[in-house]
Amino acid sequence: MINVNYRIIFYKFGVMKFLGHLDIMRYFQKAFKRAKIDVSYSKGYNPHMIMSFASPLGTGLTSDGEYLDVSLNEDIDNKVLIDRLNEQMVDGMYIAGAAKLSDECKNSMSIVAAATYLVSVKDGYNQEIYYFKNIFREKIKELYSSDEIKVIKATKKSEKEVDIKPLIINIDYNDFDYSNSCAEIFDNQIHVVMTLSAGSENNLKPELIIKALCEFCNINYNEFAYQYHRTEMYYREDDDAIKPLLGKDAYDMLIQRELFVNSN
Amino acid sequence: MKKSMIKSALKDELLLKVEKPARYIGNEFNMVRKDYKSVDIRFCMCFPDVYEIGMSHLGIQILYDMFNKREDTYCERVYSPWVDMDKVLRENDIPLFALESQTPVKDFDFLGITLQYEMCYTNILQILDLSKIPIYSKDRDDSCPIVIGGGPCAYNPEPIADFFDMFYIGEGETSYKELLDVYKEYKKTNKTREEFLRRASRISGIYVPSLYNVEYNEDGTIKNFEPVYDDIPKKVKKEIVKDLDASSYPEKPLVPYIKVTQDRVVLEIQRGCTRGCRFCQAGMIYRPVRERDVDYLKDLAIKMLESTGHEEISLSSLSSSDYSKLQELVYYLIDEISSKGINISLPSLRIDAFSLDVMSKVQDVRKSSLTFAPEAGSQRLRNVINKGLTKEVILKGAMDAFISGWNKVKLYFMLGLPTETYEDIEQIAVLSDEIAREYYTIPKDERNGKVSITSSTSFFVPKPFTPFQWVRMNTVEEFLEKQRFLNGKMKEQLNYKSIKYNWHEAETTLLEGILARGDRKLCPVIYDVYKKGAIFDAWGEFFKYDAWIETFKEHNIDINFYTTREREFDEILPWDFIDIGVTKKFLWNEYNKGKNEEVTLNCMTKCSGCGAGTFKTGVCLKVKG
Ligand code: SF4
Repeated sequence: MINVNYRIIFYKFGVMKFLGHLDIMRYFQKAFKRAKIDVSYSKGYNPHMIMSFASPLGTGLTSDGEYLDVSLNEDIDNKVLIDRLNEQMVDGMYIAGAAKLSDECKNSMSIVAAATYLVSVKDGYNQEIYYFKNIFREKIKELYSSDEIKVIKATKKSEKEVDIKPLIINIDYNDFDYSNSCAEIFDNQIHVVMTLSAGSENNLKPELIIKALCEFCNINYNEFAYQYHRTEMYYREDDDAIKPLLGKDAYDMLIQRELFVNSN
Repeated sequence: MKKSMIKSALKDELLLKVEKPARYIGNEFNMVRKDYKSVDIRFCMCFPDVYEIGMSHLGIQILYDMFNKREDTYCERVYSPWVDMDKVLRENDIPLFALESQTPVKDFDFLGITLQYEMCYTNILQILDLSKIPIYSKDRDDSCPIVIGGGPCAYNPEPIADFFDMFYIGEGETSYKELLDVYKEYKKTNKTREEFLRRASRISGIYVPSLYNVEYNEDGTIKNFEPVYDDIPKKVKKEIVKDLDASSYPEKPLVPYIKVTQDRVVLEIQRGCTRGCRFCQAGMIYRPVRERDVDYLKDLAIKMLESTGHEEISLSSLSSSDYSKLQELVYYLIDEISSKGINISLPSLRIDAFSLDVMSKVQDVRKSSLTFAPEAGSQRLRNVINKGLTKEVILKGAMDAFISGWNKVKLYFMLGLPTETYEDIEQIAVLSDEIAREYYTIPKDERNGKVSITSSTSFFVPKPFTPFQWVRMNTVEEFLEKQRFLNGKMKEQLNYKSIKYNWHEAETTLLEGILARGDRKLCPVIYDVYKKGAIFDAWGEFFKYDAWIETFKEHNIDINFYTTREREFDEILPWDFIDIGVTKKFLWNEYNKGKNEEVTLNCMTKCSGCGAGTFKTGVCLKVKG
């Protein structure tokens, strides 16, 4: 039996943001079945599809850059794979690309090193809009220029204070390009783009930065006032540069972001 | 590829505050999308319990599919908002909305509520209340949907009669067409709600409670039950599908995101049951039994698996072993789909060579268990209830299974059956022990570890349209005494360490008993207890037993009138206006035969002339009297 590993990039938006990671896994299992794609199963008494995700997306977040690795018992063209899966997607899910991976590939979960997020203030949260209008990016710049950014990080066992500044890879103060993105566009236009360290060891959630920002500005952090949207995930090259996950170990790849129209 | 079009009725913040937001977003794969503004009829289908339960119900999927096949109709869904969402909706004054269009339920033409169990009655009031539809039908005007109830509890709709504009008695596949056509006509001509209801009451299977008058005797029994106008039928005849293969079945069922109770394809192989157990309502109301064609089922199974991506399929029916082509169907499914990583979940089958063979093929023998439902411990009492399962059959079935490697057995019994004595109850313990003894006759080195027997008892609730519809139900004290007695007897058994005894809550049973055979006098009680905060009564953690008892008292209602009172043959029962085919006389004869411990043969062996032959379909056409 042949065995080909694929990496798939997908979007998650609209009401689908209310689904948790486990439900998304179940959703993909059924979608692969419907698409009649021959996914490999694990051995043992309770066989399950060999499928893994780079990094679970929290409930409430949207994304243009979710990664799914899957092992197939067939070699199908990337385009065919993408199209067949897209036929089985609901509103709020879009398959944007696929790559065939070399045999030595590592799964995306183990190599993810960074992620980019678009953080926006949601419409209707007038206190935040009033405060941050025109100064959101400046305030973040100020915060970022401090020597350290201390936050309380809660783990399962304890709470400890850590400096998250080293985990911030880049902050982009330019306007976000919404074309081909599923990100929600808000009337207030307050937003910023940041690239943060990700992965099992040094994962930094964008919420922590916004929390630190609110503390820095002396305003309350309202967890519902911000929309977090992931745009891409990366692995780290030997020279320390970060590159989108889809390209890693890929010998054949297709990206169709341009077919997605943001009709927001 | 474009962005999502449907806007959620709730803003993000509210959805993120509740436990499982996916219960309220709709958007499931295979969900039907139409422009609700351009259809003639908007029908909102409701299962009055939480999403995970409601989404598992086959009946709704059948009707959803059937309604949406009509171009002029858009059928959407709503389920009971869980307590956290209930709070969110009330606090923010947001009207309850349907999942598909995310628009208010109140804007629909129909709100159809399926009535699967009595304990959901307060949830119905929650749905109406949150939808801002007046709870009492008399308070509704033309701006409100027509509220229609259906399902098994509609066979005695009286305790909830005041909350419904109409009920649909029987199987949904038949009369809805006419009902919707008539409605469309009335809507076009701008006729009133009253005019529509009166016209609808003449459609077969439709019962409009406001058009019937009930008078009571001094003792609370019914004196008179009469239609208000001459042109309204005195009796409402249940609707039944004559040819199941020609009726609607969803080839593309909805696929929920969150794990629901039935997370699989459900294939209904037949409807009804020929066995005639005297306590069983389903066995009477779905008569006569009708099978689906096996080739049709094979085709359907594959189509539904392909259209959903489910990894499991289950066969559904009462007494599945009686389906004539069961072997052919099951072996086909095993050959066709087991290899594709799809599980087959078997219904409980009579234990024989066939069932042991297929069970060993589709289950892990060491993990799965054998199921028997003798319902009563002694042969005497099994004859009373007409349960044709003998001890010999159980012991032989168990032994055959033990030899093939099984070592887990589940047994189901009822306490409080008519004529039951303490000897009968003791026999439950004895039978459980005998099965264990049977196991230990196998030489030790051939056994598969220890045997484990789980015996469960529920309390018997007399139901309308059964031979036991007249009988006295036990009191809570009697139930508990019997349970304690049995628990003691279990401990006296030689193999008591191998037997686990499970039991039910007596309080829930009491309420079920009151509501099952209740009349219209209970409507205000249900209303008041709802106003006191009762919802999700079927969920132990929310069941407000004391509030119920208190409310009965406030209304001067003697619970025993409904539960422990033995009825006379000529008493007018609240559900007597419904004609299920099976006659009252047959039921009464069955009751008396039961008291005399006489059994009645099943339809396939011999027709007992129950009356369902009037439908001229199914098994009645095959057997001779
Ligand atoms: S009429 Fe005879 S065959 Fe038909 S359902 Fe009744 S008992 Fe069974």
